[in-house]
Amino acid sequence: MTASPLRADRAPAAIRTEALEALLTEKGLVNAGGLDGLIKRFVNDVGPMNGAKVVAKAWTDPEFYERLLADGTAAVGEFGFSGPQGEHIVVVENSDTMHNVVVCTLCSCYPWPLLGLPPDWYKDPAYRSRVVREPRKLLGEMGLDLDESIDITVWDSSAENRYFILPQRPAGTDGLSEDELAALVSREAMVGVAQVRAPA
Amino acid sequence: MSDTSTLGPTSVDDLALDGPTAAPRSNGELVFSAPWEGRAFGLAVSLADDGAFTMSDFQAELIIAIAEWDALDRPVEEYHYYECWLVALERLVAARTPIDASDIDERSSEYLDRPAGHDHGHDHDHDHGH
Repeated sequence: MTASPLRADRAPAAIRTEALEALLTEKGLVNAGGLDGLIKRFVNDVGPMNGAKVVAKAWTDPEFYERLLADGTAAVGEFGFSGPQGEHIVVVENSDTMHNVVVCTLCSCYPWPLLGLPPDWYKDPAYRSRVVREPRKLLGEMGLDLDESIDITVWDSSAENRYFILPQRPAGTDGLSEDELAALVSREAMVGVAQVRAPA
Repeated sequence: MSDTSTLGPTSVDDLALDGPTAAPRSNGELVFSAPWEGRAFGLAVSLADDGAFTMSDFQAELIIAIAEWDALDRPVEEYHYYECWLVALERLVAARTPIDASDIDERSSEYLDRPAGHDHGHDHDHDHGH
């Protein structure tokens, strides 16, 4: 296989990507304009603000909450959040006794339409292995110290199931609107490496 | 909101965030650390959209490429997700389109041999990082 990462004489990735794009464009397999639009969309428009809206809705609308837990893909589809890696979304809910955290041990499966593209730490080999082996310690290092009384479940995302965490709504947020609530919800909370905090 | 600065132990790719031309995001974070990563990402998604292969096919190749990388026993700092992504993409293109692996090698060599300040004859607005 000529494209092995084991091969030291591979041209730099930037060059190989440029060559690949030129060949695909010449063969009519890729449209440069469409490609630019697609990339810009993922850079500018698709991100964790989508998932945050879903969380805030689930916190404020009991019927949506039920639909979200029953069929994540269909429920987020109500927002128009769909597309590649948007299939098979499974929502798991944090509670006073259970904290959930998501990883993809084999690659970096991630619900793109809800969270955008994964951050570096999610793709990192250290995260992929340590969150399975020693989740409590790793979460502590990432700034989330969980009481020993709280169990941790690690969910391994794949093409069949892309997990999405419904964090706990923090106390003291009763007066907040859905938009104000959404602004509190971080990407890290929806992957399960952080919790949502009430505004100071 | 939260930021990656609390993720010290796992954010070994932070150096890549100094990529030469990538646009900064409002939260200081980059989706792609170099322009080629975005192009490689977009090529795979675009080909899957058009049916050259499915995202599941791509994912299976990506898992293989990442496993090969993991098996190299290099320092973890050298891990580069989009390098694996590109390897997977090249293999699927070679398997599912009229473009061969040797075509990609040859075109890459041609580009490597270009004099500085070349004009490569197609008009787009991304930076190639050279």
